Amino acid sequence: MKKLCTIVLFIASVSTLWSTTQGSTPAEKTATSPLAHTSANVSAGKLQAPAMPRFRFENFTTANGLPDNHVYSVLVDGDRIWVGTDNGLGLYENGKWKTFTTRDGLAHRAVLSLSLDKRTGDVWAGTMGGLSRISGGRIDTFTQLNSGLSNDVVYGVSVEGEHVWVATAAGASMFDLRTHQWSLFNERNTPMFEIWVYGVSATPTKVYYAVWGSGILEYDQQKKTWDKYDDPDGETEMVLFKDQGLIHEITTSVSYLEKDNILWAATYFGDSRYDGRYWHNFLTKDSGLPSNFTNVVKGVDANHAWFGTDKGLAYYDGVNWAVYRPSLTTHRPEMTVRDAKGNITTVPVTTAPAHHYILGIDFQGSDIWVATAEGLSHGIHQP
Amino acid sequence: MSRLPHFAIRAGALSIAAALCTGLLGISIWTGRTARASVTAPRTGERLEYASPLEILFSPDGTRLYVLCQQSAQVRVLDAKTYAEIKKIEVSRAPRGFSLAPDASRLFVADSWDDTISVIDTKSLEVTATWPVGAEPSSIVEDRNGKYLFVANRISNDVAVLDAQTGTELKRLAAGRGASYITPSPDGSKLYVTHVYPNPTPHRTAPDSEITVIDTARAVVTERIPLPYIAHAFHVAFSADGRLGAAAGLHPKNLVPLAHLEHGGAFADTLTLFGTDVGKPVEVPLDELDRYAARPFGVAITPDKSRLFVTCGGSELVTVIDLPRLLRYVRTRSGPYTQDLSASSNYVVAHIPVGHDPRGVAFTHDGTRLLVANRLEDTISVIDTKTNRVASTIPLTGPKQTSVLRNGEQVFYTSRYSFQGQIGCANCHIDSTFDGLQWDLEPDGFGRDVVDNRPIEDVKDTEPYKWNGGNPNLPTECGPRTEKYFWRAENFDDLTLTDLVVYVRNLPPRPNRWRLPVGELTAAQERGRVLFERSVDKFHNPIPEQNRCIYCHSGPKGTSQKSFEVGTKKDIDNSGLLDTPQLTNIAITAPYLHDGSAQTLEEIWTVFNPEDKHGRTNDLTKDELNDLIEYLRTR
Repeated sequence: MKKLCTIVLFIASVSTLWSTTQGSTPAEKTATSPLAHTSANVSAGKLQAPAMPRFRFENFTTANGLPDNHVYSVLVDGDRIWVGTDNGLGLYENGKWKTFTTRDGLAHRAVLSLSLDKRTGDVWAGTMGGLSRISGGRIDTFTQLNSGLSNDVVYGVSVEGEHVWVATAAGASMFDLRTHQWSLFNERNTPMFEIWVYGVSATPTKVYYAVWGSGILEYDQQKKTWDKYDDPDGETEMVLFKDQGLIHEITTSVSYLEKDNILWAATYFGDSRYDGRYWHNFLTKDSGLPSNFTNVVKGVDANHAWFGTDKGLAYYDGVNWAVYRPSLTTHRPEMTVRDAKGNITTVPVTTAPAHHYILGIDFQGSDIWVATAEGLSHGIHQP
Repeated sequence: MSRLPHFAIRAGALSIAAALCTGLLGISIWTGRTARASVTAPRTGERLEYASPLEILFSPDGTRLYVLCQQSAQVRVLDAKTYAEIKKIEVSRAPRGFSLAPDASRLFVADSWDDTISVIDTKSLEVTATWPVGAEPSSIVEDRNGKYLFVANRISNDVAVLDAQTGTELKRLAAGRGASYITPSPDGSKLYVTHVYPNPTPHRTAPDSEITVIDTARAVVTERIPLPYIAHAFHVAFSADGRLGAAAGLHPKNLVPLAHLEHGGAFADTLTLFGTDVGKPVEVPLDELDRYAARPFGVAITPDKSRLFVTCGGSELVTVIDLPRLLRYVRTRSGPYTQDLSASSNYVVAHIPVGHDPRGVAFTHDGTRLLVANRLEDTISVIDTKTNRVASTIPLTGPKQTSVLRNGEQVFYTSRYSFQGQIGCANCHIDSTFDGLQWDLEPDGFGRDVVDNRPIEDVKDTEPYKWNGGNPNLPTECGPRTEKYFWRAENFDDLTLTDLVVYVRNLPPRPNRWRLPVGELTAAQERGRVLFERSVDKFHNPIPEQNRCIYCHSGPKGTSQKSFEVGTKKDIDNSGLLDTPQLTNIAITAPYLHDGSAQTLEEIWTVFNPEDKHGRTNDLTKDELNDLIEYLRTR
C-alpha cells in the first residue's frame, strides 16, 4: 500500500513537472502559498527589503541550442556547464552547445543527475538507463546487466575520492574506481526500509542518501556503519513534532557540508537542516519557502541554502528568504523577499528562471545555474 | 637471483625436449634464414637467466646507456661509448618500462609483476625507493616540473598519478584497455598513452583503441585520439617540432575468416600518424606485397625529421620510412590505405635485419646511430642511420647457450614460419597473453564457430584445447593446427615444435590482483565462494551436478577438462558442446563465453543464462551475483 502510494506520488510529481499551465494543477490550487498568507504585509516600496542576492537570468532553450527544454540536472565544471535533459546530455562551452546522446554511448537519453570527479575532471551522469562516465570525450556506461550497478534508473550520483556513490530505483550502489568492485546497499544490509533512493551527497567522512519513503540514510566512512534519520511523526503528513527530526520520510535530495557538519534535506513536504544535534524544519507556513514540494536542496553553509521547488527557486540566508520565478499567474519575472518578521517585499526584476518548476542547482562563483522544467537558467549575479 | 616469472618446468617435458635437442645441430629452417644461436649451439634444458633487453635510453649527457632487461629483472648500465657494462641494478619482477627524471637524477622502473616503481639514484646507481602503484605498471614518465609521476597500469586500465617526490598516489585517470606506453610531447605539456588491448566494442564489430592524451600540468585526460580498427598499439614517437606523432599498431582483420594469409588476411601492421602535419589521424601500412613488417613496436623519428624507424618484432627487422615522402603520400592520396599493400612502396625505403624480437629504440645524441634492443637475443644492434646498416652488435653479458625455453620463446615471437612472414603466435597472444578478439577460424567452416581467443597463461594441464575440445594436447594445438590453418606453410620440425610446446606449457600466470596477500578472502569474496560451491539453491532445491559452478570449473585451474552445453550455442555454431575454460585470471580476460558475446562477467549470467544452463544463478539477487563475481576475480 505504501509502495502504491509512493508510485502515485511519483507519477503526480512527474505530471506536475511537465505541466506548463502554471498554477492550474490541483496540487497548486490546494498548496499553501506563504506569499498569499502574508500578502497583507506586502508593501512594495514602503518596507526596506533585506539585501538578498539579485540576478539577471539568461535562459537557454532548444531555440538557442539546449538539447531539450526538460532539464533535470545541471553541473558547473569551471567554465563548462553540463546539463542533463530529457533528450541528451548537453555541454555548454565557449558559447556553444554540444549534445551527447545514446549514439555517443550515453546510457539513456534522459539524464537525471550529474557529478564531477574533481580530481580527474570526469563527469558521471545518472540516467534512466544506467550510469555513464564522460572522460576525455569517451563515454563508458555501466548498467545493471553489464556491471554490478543495482538498477538502471539512476536518480543521484556523487563522486568522492575513489568512490562513485549512486542512488537508484532499487537501492544504492558504490563503485570503487580503483578495484572496480561494486557494493550494493539495500534493505538487506542497511536500515533502508524502502529501496527507492533519490539523492546522494558524499564527502570523505559521511555519505548521505535521500531515500524516498525511508528518510535519510547516513554512512560513516571511517566506522563503516549506517545510521538512519526518520520523521518522528512516522509516515503521516502531519507535523506533530516540528524541529524534533526530519520533516518527512519522502526525501528527495540531500546536501551535506562537511566543513560545517550540516545536513540539508529536501522532501515533498518541507525541508530540514540538521547540525548533528538539532533539527530545524522549514515549511511554507512558517518560512519563506514558496512550496513544501522540494525537488532539490543545495547548502552553502550552516545558514545559507538554495531550494528548488515546484513553485520557484528559493534562497535562505539564515534569516530572510528570497524567491525567484516567473509569476505563477502572470508568468512575469518575479522576485520576492521575506524578512524575519514575515514581511514580504516585491523586488522589481526584469528576468527570472525559465520556469518555476526547479529540478537542479549549481554555482559558478557568485552566479547560479538552474535546471527547470522548461529550460536552463543562468543567474548572473548583479552587484 | 632469478627475478623472472618462475618457470616451473616439468622435468619430464624438459627431459624429452633436451633429448630431442641433443645432437640435432645445424638444422636449417624452411624459410632459408639462419636461425642463429638456436641451431648453431646445443640447446640446454636448464632454466637460464637471460637478460632479454626490452627498452633502452641514453642519459642526457650521452655518457651512459641504460638497458631495461626484462627476464633478468635488471637495469644494466653501460658506457655509452664503449658499451662496457658499468653495473647491473636489480629491480623487481618483469620490468616493462623505464624513464629518466627530467633532471636525470633518478631513473624510474615500472615493475610490471610486482606492481611497483623502482626508483634508482643515477649517481649511486642504487635503488633508493620502491613505490606501490596499480596493476601491472608498464610505463612511467615524470613531468617537466618534477611534480607528478604518471604510470600506465596495463591491467587496471588507468594511469596513476603519483607525487613525484614521495611516490604517494594522488589519483588515477581512466585510460583505455591495456594502458602500457606513455610518451611525452616534445614540449612536455602532454602525455600520449597507448594500449595493448582493444577497448570494448559491440560483439563482432571492428576493434578500436585510443591514444589517451593527458595534460601534464593539470594531470587530467583532455582528449582521446581514436584508433579505429587498431586492437593493439605500442610505442609513439614525435618529431622534434611536435607537429607529427606516430604510433605503432596492429590492425587485425578478425571480422573475416582467418584463412587467407596469401591474400593478406590476418593483420595489417601499421603506423597511425597524428598531429598538425596530417590533421586528422591517418593509418598507413608498413607491409609490402610479399614482405610483412610483423608486430611493429618501437618508433623513432630522426631529429631532422627525415626518417622514421620502426622495429618489427615478428619480422626481426627495422623498417625505415622516408618521412617527407610519407607525408607527401598521405597529403596527396586519399585513404584508407591500410588494405593497400602497394602503399608502403611509396615511403618505406629500407629494411634492416636485426636480432630476435627487436623492441625498444634510442638515438645517440647526434642522431647518427640508432640502437635497437633485441629482446630474445640479448644483443643491441647499432644502426648507422645514414647507411641504414647495422654497424655493430653489442652483446649483453649472460648465457651464451640457447635453452629450450629460449628457443621456444623465439619461435613463439617470430613470424618467420608463416606465409610471407605475416604473423606469429605473439600476434594473437600479446606478450604471451590474449588479444581480447574473436576469430573465425577455417577448420570449422567459413562463418561458423566464431570463437573468442582464450588466454594461454597457465595453460599447462588444461587439455583438451580449442573451444570444441578438438585438440587433445599442445603439440597438436601448436603444431598441425597452427601450421595448417594459421601459418599456411610447412610444418615445424619436431625439435622446433617441442621447444615451442615447452615454452607454452611453462607460461606462468600473471599474479592475481584480486587476491589478498595472505590468501584469505574478503567478505564479499567469501560469500561468492559459498555460492560457487553450493549444491542447494535459495529455495532449498538441490542443484543438479552439472548446474553447479564447481562441478565444471573444478580443480586448481577451474576446469574439469570436460565439455558441456551451457545454453550459449548460436545459429552459426556447429555444436553447443564446449570445453570448460580454465578460470586463471578471468577478471582481466574479457570478453567471455566461447564467442566473446559477453562483454563482462556480469553479462554471462544477466544476459546469456536465461534458463540456468550455465549454472544455477537466476535465484540470486544482484548483490549475490556481485559476490559470485568478486570470488571469480580471485581465480
